[in-house]
Amino acid sequence: MSQPATNATVPDGVAARAVNLTKVYGSGLAEVRALDGVTIDLQAREYTAVMGPSGSGKSTLMHCLAALDHSTSGEVYVGNTPLAGLSDAKLTELRRDHIGFVFQAFNLVPTLTAEENILLPLAIAGRKPDRGWFDTVIDTVGLRDRLKHRPNEMSGGQQQRVACARALVSRPSIVFADEPTGNLDSHAEEEVLGFLRRAVDEFGQTVVMVTHDPIAAAYTDRVVFLADGKVVDEMRDPNADKVLERMKTLQASEFSSTTADGV
Amino acid sequence: MFRATMRNLLARKLRLALSAFAIVLGVAFVAGSFVFTDTLSKSFDGIVNGTTPDVGVEVNNATDPADPSGAGDVRTIPAAVLKKLQAEVPGAERVDGNVTVGNVYVVDKDGKLVGGNGPPSFAVNFNDAPSITGLPVLSVDQGRQPTGPGEIMLDEFTADQAGYKIGDTVPLATLIDQNAGLQHATLTGIVKFGEGSLQGATLTVFDTKAMQDLFFDGRDVYTDIWLTAKDGVSQQELRDEAAAVIPSDLTARTGDDLASESQDDFEQAISFISIFLLVFAGIALVVGTFLIINTFSILVAQRSRELALLRALGASRRQVTRSVLLESFIIGLVGSTVGILLGFALPPALTALMRAIGIDLQLDSLVFKPRTAILAYAVGIGVTMIAAYLPARRASRIAPVAALRDDIALPESSIRRRTLIGAIVVVLGAGFMALGLVGSGGRGAALVGLGILCVLLGVAALSPVVGRPVLQVLGRLFRPFGMVGRLATQNSLRNPRRTAATASALMIGLALVATMSVLGSSANASIDKMVKENLAADYVISNAIGAPFSPGIAQQASQVDGVESVAAYRSSPVDVDNKQIWGGAVDPEAFNQMVDATVLDGSLDDLSGSTIALDSGTADDLGASVGDTIDMDFPGSTQSVRVVATYDDNPAMGQYVVPFSVFAAAKIRPADSYVYILRDPDASPTQVRSDLEQVVKDVPTVSLKDQEEFANEFKANVNQLLFLIYALLGLAIIIAVLGIINTLALSVIERTREVGLLRAVGMSRRQLRRMVRLESIAIAVLGAVLGVVMGVVFGVVLQRAIADQGLDVLSVPYVRLAVFVLIAAFVGVLAALLPARRAARLDVLRAITTE
Repeated sequence: MSQPATNATVPDGVAARAVNLTKVYGSGLAEVRALDGVTIDLQAREYTAVMGPSGSGKSTLMHCLAALDHSTSGEVYVGNTPLAGLSDAKLTELRRDHIGFVFQAFNLVPTLTAEENILLPLAIAGRKPDRGWFDTVIDTVGLRDRLKHRPNEMSGGQQQRVACARALVSRPSIVFADEPTGNLDSHAEEEVLGFLRRAVDEFGQTVVMVTHDPIAAAYTDRVVFLADGKVVDEMRDPNADKVLERMKTLQASEFSSTTADGV
Repeated sequence: MFRATMRNLLARKLRLALSAFAIVLGVAFVAGSFVFTDTLSKSFDGIVNGTTPDVGVEVNNATDPADPSGAGDVRTIPAAVLKKLQAEVPGAERVDGNVTVGNVYVVDKDGKLVGGNGPPSFAVNFNDAPSITGLPVLSVDQGRQPTGPGEIMLDEFTADQAGYKIGDTVPLATLIDQNAGLQHATLTGIVKFGEGSLQGATLTVFDTKAMQDLFFDGRDVYTDIWLTAKDGVSQQELRDEAAAVIPSDLTARTGDDLASESQDDFEQAISFISIFLLVFAGIALVVGTFLIINTFSILVAQRSRELALLRALGASRRQVTRSVLLESFIIGLVGSTVGILLGFALPPALTALMRAIGIDLQLDSLVFKPRTAILAYAVGIGVTMIAAYLPARRASRIAPVAALRDDIALPESSIRRRTLIGAIVVVLGAGFMALGLVGSGGRGAALVGLGILCVLLGVAALSPVVGRPVLQVLGRLFRPFGMVGRLATQNSLRNPRRTAATASALMIGLALVATMSVLGSSANASIDKMVKENLAADYVISNAIGAPFSPGIAQQASQVDGVESVAAYRSSPVDVDNKQIWGGAVDPEAFNQMVDATVLDGSLDDLSGSTIALDSGTADDLGASVGDTIDMDFPGSTQSVRVVATYDDNPAMGQYVVPFSVFAAAKIRPADSYVYILRDPDASPTQVRSDLEQVVKDVPTVSLKDQEEFANEFKANVNQLLFLIYALLGLAIIIAVLGIINTLALSVIERTREVGLLRAVGMSRRQLRRMVRLESIAIAVLGAVLGVVMGVVFGVVLQRAIADQGLDVLSVPYVRLAVFVLIAAFVGVLAALLPARRAARLDVLRAITTE
């Protein structure tokens, strides 16, 4: 890591940490508190889902943890590195070398082949890929025969698997996936989620996924529930039914609080 | 729809401003050209009317003494004719005799010429006869009239320029024999010329007797006579009365007749300037058209969903087309208006530019005719709307359902059809060029020109296809930049039409620049060869613009120690069989020592008395061979001469050579155009040179050159013209650069999400800027390479087409052309500055989540 560890309080085994994180948009009457004092540890070698109703702050939390957005107050650590005060160049380097991304849509550079897309972060950094690891990843996502194809020659599921391979190929400290299956049919969804699962189990990677889909959440080790910018609950070894149940109550309570506020 | 259109326009101010700029420049050139020529024409009308009498009497076929390119003839009107007219023409209020002589130059305090480049410099006798405007041509403004050969008046502009005050002694360079033509006179006053300015011409006024003494050996003669009509007598009546009195070698003409002839001559002289300017306006507009087509294509592509939504909501195809066309109309209107305003800046800029290369012009208040506005608006709005029509039509074909889809591809006309049409046009152009090469002279060059135009447009149409390999080679050059280079290459390849259209603008500009470079370089090489092969003389005395000078200079040079011989060349155009040919008179014996002529038939030794030697090409044209007799029609007389030799094309000889005796018989004023000097081989070159310098030191009309300097003087003229053309073509390149900026800026906006993705996965701002920069360089270099390659082909073909007109050596300036490509790459870097900064500043999160 380029930045020496400045805070020894982050224990080993925590891939990313947020401490009392707040994010406020606008000011005065238009003020919106997207995050309202979130404290969370994301364990290494774990598959974590972040869930919550729309507007609960789950995407904002992910953006702040992934060094894509600045928080209003509070602290964020990726590994042992505090993000506070890092320059844009340092943040870019951090994203490049230590964080993997899978987005919901528009995940690939249309002018590059699948292989080039997968190797993009390494190529940008000017590093040579670890061939053995590359082969492992490619075979795991099952893309060997698609490497020379361009994104517009592949299905949505294939594209998303390319994105997953790209997120993993540089062996990042943590992979963030923002609704990775939002645009996929159920078969493709299964493939992508299964692959992320294997990345954790077989390769010891750390994956954090934002989703509102209980079925997707059921693939994970741990589900963190957010509402109104706060962590309201978490669940270990989730299954789809329990998650769905929990989501329903969250949505109901949000509905009642909204009506109570009269907003 | 109108409000939606207006809102679109306002939302895209910067982009539209960039594309409107092309229109602004093009229209500015169109409007500026017209304003310039109209203004010049009006100023000149003032001069013509101010110098035209009710009726003028002159020798038949009189040459214009104000024409600086020839020495003029020496025919005169005896004083007896003046007296007879004064006595025997009842309708004349007054009759005045004029003595006018051209090529009388004022030398300023630093020993330099005043004016003398373009506008004429002449001397006249003072008289206050009125012109058709009713005002006297000349009036004393300050001081007093000159009396005797040692006194003169000058016009105010000339006196100011030269820095002389009343009482100062003024040196004059003339064609008279004594003292190498140099005269000195005291300035006694400032003369006022009619009402207007002299447009850079210089005027020296002597009294009548002094003019006759200096220029006509003291004979009481005049060059022309003015008659002023009494009240109620028409020009025609006065002319008829005068015509009845004068001898048959004189002509009487009405003022209207004289004025319209002068105006025609003038219009013809400046039509070349306006054609020249309009050509550049055309180039600017063609290049601008590419820019506008591109801008509208991209805008329509980006707005396709919005347009599809309008269609889904019930807008007809026609309404969508009309909305896009309306946008272009408004841009055309605004661009043309700004262009017309900017056009007013062109004439002053142009006069400054012309002054920089030595042509003096003064402009009065600018003339703006309604015709200028109408044409400028028609061209500006027309071009914009035509350029917008194709994208507009494509926009209307967007299916309404596209509004609901995520990704929309615009229907594009097949690239195959475009390639086919482009290929046909290129082949057609090549055909014209080939025909032009076979054909001869002006028609051949015109065909080649047409071919060039076809090839340019054809290649522009083909450029998406032919550009691909060039971009791929560039991509290989970008390899050291790794992924950033690869992304830049891919970006330049992903929309071939867009890249090609953007590069085409630069391509056209550079093709023309490269063509001119090849021609200029070939001209210089041809001059070197011509001087080396044809000139045996060690030194040449000549005038930079080819104006004649006093024979006294040759005489003085011949007396310098160490000079073996001196040969003068006196040039004059002459008509043979109604064809004008240029050549000169020489002393054959001396001249043959100086010039290495390749005689094909006959012998130059026979050149004496009424004989002529002809350039072989000219002899063919005239159907004359050795032994034949041909008639040379000089302004004053016809001379029959026998052809004694034909020779290979030789610029030092011109199309014909005759002995001095023929010019003397034709009453051509003896004045030298070139004086060739051979040094005694035993004499010291430095001593001879410095002695010869003494001869020309005080005569600023001429200079002494050795062979190399002589060649350089010619080359300087070529290079001056070349740089003028470069400066004007620079405009086309500026427009092209704007096009690159525009395309890149629009592409960056279009690829916002991609930029966000790249940033998210770790691309630094620096790398992102570099990516945009490399794409920009790729576009610029593509345009430059295509342009330079075509320019070389055009240059070679044109050189071949006019090889028989003196441009016989082909020289391709490889280094200069390579520099052009490098400059283009640098231009690419500049063009990328803004778009790259914009891309780098995009907020990562907002970019990746943008719709």
